[in-house]
Amino acid sequence: MNWPDVWDAMFGGLADYGDILALVSNSVWAGAVLGLVGGLVGVFVMQRDMAFAVHGISELSFAGAAFALLVGFDVVTGSIVGSLIAAAVIGLLGARARERNSVIGVLMPFGLGLGILFLSLYNGRSANRFSLLTGQIVSVQSAQLGWLIGISAVVLVALLLIWRPLRFDSLDPQAAAARGVPTRAISLGFMLLLGLIVAVAVHIIGALLVLALLVTPAAAAMRVASGPVSVPVLAAGFGIVSAVGGILLAIAGTLPVSPYITTISFAIYLVCRGIGARRDRISRDA
Amino acid sequence: MSSAPQPDSTAARPLEIRGAGLRRGDRQLWSGLDLEVDPGEFIAVLGPSGSGKTTLLRAILGLDRLSEGEIIALGEPVRHAGNRRIGYIPQQRPLPRDTALRGRDLVALGVDGHRFGLPFPRRGDRARIDELVRAVGAEGFADRPVGQLSGGEQQRLRVGQALADDPRLLLCDEPLTSLDLANQQAVVSLIDRHRRETGAAVLLVTHDINPVLGKVDRILYIANGRFTLGRPDDVLNSRVLTDLYGAPVFVLRAGDRLVVVGAPDAEESHHHHDHGAHA
Repeated sequence: MNWPDVWDAMFGGLADYGDILALVSNSVWAGAVLGLVGGLVGVFVMQRDMAFAVHGISELSFAGAAFALLVGFDVVTGSIVGSLIAAAVIGLLGARARERNSVIGVLMPFGLGLGILFLSLYNGRSANRFSLLTGQIVSVQSAQLGWLIGISAVVLVALLLIWRPLRFDSLDPQAAAARGVPTRAISLGFMLLLGLIVAVAVHIIGALLVLALLVTPAAAAMRVASGPVSVPVLAAGFGIVSAVGGILLAIAGTLPVSPYITTISFAIYLVCRGIGARRDRISRDA
Repeated sequence: MSSAPQPDSTAARPLEIRGAGLRRGDRQLWSGLDLEVDPGEFIAVLGPSGSGKTTLLRAILGLDRLSEGEIIALGEPVRHAGNRRIGYIPQQRPLPRDTALRGRDLVALGVDGHRFGLPFPRRGDRARIDELVRAVGAEGFADRPVGQLSGGEQQRLRVGQALADDPRLLLCDEPLTSLDLANQQAVVSLIDRHRRETGAAVLLVTHDINPVLGKVDRILYIANGRFTLGRPDDVLNSRVLTDLYGAPVFVLRAGDRLVVVGAPDAEESHHHHDHGAHA
């Protein structure tokens, strides 16, 4: 490794930045929408203690996409089918956290293994193989980008429509059920929305890294805020900054997008943790 | 109680249970339970764990089914899962420290937590939430993150949540567990005040009768596949409980407190393993 090469990989495209940006503007939009919806979904992922489920779903989403690639079918559809199957299985079999984690623990390596099998059977471009695991939004075709944005929008609208019952169920399922909230339908519905947004995230930052947009922004927001509006708004903001910022930085060079996104979202988390810890100290001293 | 004319639903008896029985697998927990609860009546439900007390409450809410019998809550047979006209206060479970809600939002869930649709507040919601926060004396901590509140403060807010629709029937499932004495008294007096002011009936499941002893009209004691229903003095004595358990049980009086000694499940009140908290 030498520094001029690193410089070139990171900033070699600066001279043509405007042209590159015009080429990937749809990717930037897809990233922004995923950041927004991922941040909002993440608040519930945290409250329902489902980070592990997100990871499990993403591995099956990867398997679905890999299968689609192998048989020459649409990759986005493949990832959605894989995601929804995983979400339904986890939602139906694992109502309690402990059961859920064991179901996911069993499902996840199976999905990842299947995906690797399909990829190794696949003879096409090898860049496609790698990108499902680690993401490469700028190589996604624009017809597919439209799908990704559309799916994210559907998840956003559905999430807003069930927002309050979902929040009630996430906090206190017994009291919610007592007040007539259809808690089982809500849980299953949330799993399906989670499955859809995970499938989108797989294409944008890769199956191995979806947590960076579905958990980290919400976790960061919860460190510095506690209001029912401020936490989701901050989480969505952090998600957008991570996703869009990552893409904008990545296109200045030849490095993949994902490390930029994960680094930005991690940096935001660190800063929020610092702020939260400082605030705790001050309130204890007061 | 006021004799002013009231709508049909509130004038009806808050709760009627006829011929209720509960069976788990091939074990009959109890059967032939008839209970008519009058407006303003405070009934404590006692008994060892696993005797189906919680299931009885859940059956009234329509969340569980009895094996036999019929329940009429607030004048209507129980059909649907959940009932907003019944107030429900669950056991105190500490909320995670980083829960993204303030104290008042816990109360607000009682007002809007069941509503589907875009989460915009309706006119009057805010005033109602303020009113409930005041009613449970939570003004001082309603704006703090709920995860940083004490168990007693959280439980006051849960009472506020349960009172959102001004219920004529309150079901409380171990609402005092893991609270200190002062907070137990605070929560009991909130429940009791709602009962006195509105004529609501209260059904309160507890393993320790002492915090509610002065308020309770009747006691339903379930044990050993049977039950006894009656005034506190008629139920909480050595003869009746010995007969109920089929084993020697002593009810001792220490000052104004009662201690039940020898009941097979008496250790229940000393240590709690709250599995629900990890679910």
